[in-house]
Amino acid sequence: MKKYYKLRFGSNKFSFLIDKKAFAVSVILLVVTCLVFLTSTGVGEVLIHPLNVLKTLFGYGDEMENLFIFSFRLPRIMIALLVGISLAVAGAILQGLIRNPLASPDIIGITGGGSVGVVLFLMLFSDQNNSLFVSIKWMPVAAFIGAAIVGILVYLLSWKNGANSIRLVLIGIGLSMLAQSLTTLFMVKGPIYQASQANVWITGTVYGATWEHVRILTPVVVILLVISIISIRNVNIQELGDELATGVGSAVQRNRFFLLLLSTALTGSAVAFAGVIGFVGLMAPHIGRRLVGSSFGALLPVSALIGAILVMLADLLGRILFSPLEVPAGVFTAAIGAPYFIYLLYKTRNS
Amino acid sequence: MILKSNYQKSIGLILGLSLLLLLMCGSLVFGYADTNLKTVYEAFTSYNGTNEHIIVHEVRLPRALIGATVGASLALAGAIMQALTKNPLASPSVFGINAGAGFFIVVAVTFFYVNTYQGFTLIAFAGAAFSAFIVYFVGSFGREGLTPMKLTLAGAAMAALFSSLTQGLLVVNEAALDQVLFWLAGSIQGRKLESLFTVLPYILPAIMISLILSQKINVLTMGEDVAKGLGQRTGFVKLTGALLVIILGGGAVAIAGPIAFIGIVIPHFARFIAGNDYRWIFPYCVVLGGSLLVFADILARYIVMPEEIPVGVMTAFIGTPFFIYIARRGFNQS
Repeated sequence: MKKYYKLRFGSNKFSFLIDKKAFAVSVILLVVTCLVFLTSTGVGEVLIHPLNVLKTLFGYGDEMENLFIFSFRLPRIMIALLVGISLAVAGAILQGLIRNPLASPDIIGITGGGSVGVVLFLMLFSDQNNSLFVSIKWMPVAAFIGAAIVGILVYLLSWKNGANSIRLVLIGIGLSMLAQSLTTLFMVKGPIYQASQANVWITGTVYGATWEHVRILTPVVVILLVISIISIRNVNIQELGDELATGVGSAVQRNRFFLLLLSTALTGSAVAFAGVIGFVGLMAPHIGRRLVGSSFGALLPVSALIGAILVMLADLLGRILFSPLEVPAGVFTAAIGAPYFIYLLYKTRNS
Repeated sequence: MILKSNYQKSIGLILGLSLLLLLMCGSLVFGYADTNLKTVYEAFTSYNGTNEHIIVHEVRLPRALIGATVGASLALAGAIMQALTKNPLASPSVFGINAGAGFFIVVAVTFFYVNTYQGFTLIAFAGAAFSAFIVYFVGSFGREGLTPMKLTLAGAAMAALFSSLTQGLLVVNEAALDQVLFWLAGSIQGRKLESLFTVLPYILPAIMISLILSQKINVLTMGEDVAKGLGQRTGFVKLTGALLVIILGGGAVAIAGPIAFIGIVIPHFARFIAGNDYRWIFPYCVVLGGSLLVFADILARYIVMPEEIPVGVMTAFIGTPFFIYIARRGFNQS
């Protein structure tokens, strides 16, 4: 059996190689994602049978189920799904880009920049009564700008005859510490010093997500995903290293900058709606690489799905473990992610 | 190094000490309440219970003393760590000590209803020690031992883990948030002298022992093999050094909360002034660390008057460019 399946259409103008194993893994993960989605929709303070969940989703539920599912649960689960996808894809791009398995948007401070952007946005555009006087639709833009500034700064500051990956990570860590203290500063100074609320947001949560958020985030993520899919070949070429990539005719620096922006945009939009859900961008691509190898075309869908599963599970656990209290999803992702990170350090100890 | 002879270095140290005292006086005088040197002087000689006098006694004096102590401890802890790990980026905050102490304190408040200074201090020590141990252990995996890269990454991971667990606990227990939020921001404002006196019996001896140990650390920085060849019990020196770091870093965190970067910036500055001899670096760290924190604290009062910025934020502003500079320069020179 061949490893790949050829796909050609448009009288051979377009062609794809589909990795059979990656395809199978993706299908399995897709099924898992759907299961988690259904479970998460059904479980909570009121249990709803999965069949009833399905029924409700297709519009045949009773009033109670409609209320619970459509008003309370679905928006946050959708946001969890989208955020997981964004963070995972952002991490996958970034890891391919700097060719360091330890790089992830949160470790190198891009997430931190996003938080600074959001907190600053809330501070600048709030009136006396702590209500925003510009549309909340601009919040992702603020998060993106914050994330982009840090992303670009990390890149520029580590530039010294090329951006060495160790330097990139170290400088990222430094900048993320700065971002952290800036966030603290704006929290203390700004109107969202409704401390516990702000605290929840910083820890990373999809609590309080609304359909409006979903309506804003969905197109953003879809567009960015499409761009990511188009950029698959660029990421693959970047992974070859500078010399080879230049050799095969890629505009290495331009593509690298563009991919960094893409990763930043994905991170920024996730941070804007769910705060800092840590370590997803690190774990998901890693697990993905374990499953299907590092060819980006296979890695992208797999890690996106893993990211979605991780965040939805974290949210689900946060809702039910300490019910009626809610623990932010970010706590669980960090609780799994930090040990995983240490395990990675251990694995790469001699390299 | 700027200062060459021992004579110059002694003079420099005396100047540094004067700078520290001057800044502490400044810390007593400057602030939102309008005071001048004369009021401050009178507050100590002829205390008459006016608002200004109360402010000087109850607010500013503790701040100045705590600032000096915390700054000195952090800088010294950083210098010891940099010497032991041969890592120019080592410092209590990079090791995740702050986050560890914070996590332990929040756990103590949430589950064991601790609310005494004594309790806080001891728990912060325990947290700092725990975190430092894990980071040191994780960072030492592999053939090359404790490389700067692995150390920094392990520290960042542990810090992320602890801080998100801390925040998770705080979300579950909102009452604790009030008690610890300001502590978590890192500040020397509003701390009582009692909290200083709780940790002073640990910190002062630790500073003394560090100064005594400095000669042995000099030998150790020549490399472990050389030190062993010269008859040093390197294990003992390293262990003592690690304990000192935990006492100094943990003690500082216990009073002031997480204050970043002093432990990185000051040791380098001290090395720049006094060369690579730890017998000089340590005392310079003490005076300069104290000076920097007291200075940052004074600045923090003025930037967004009448409110204040947590001093931890100020030190991060000062420290980050420095951190980046060192990361860019590379690890080969110290």
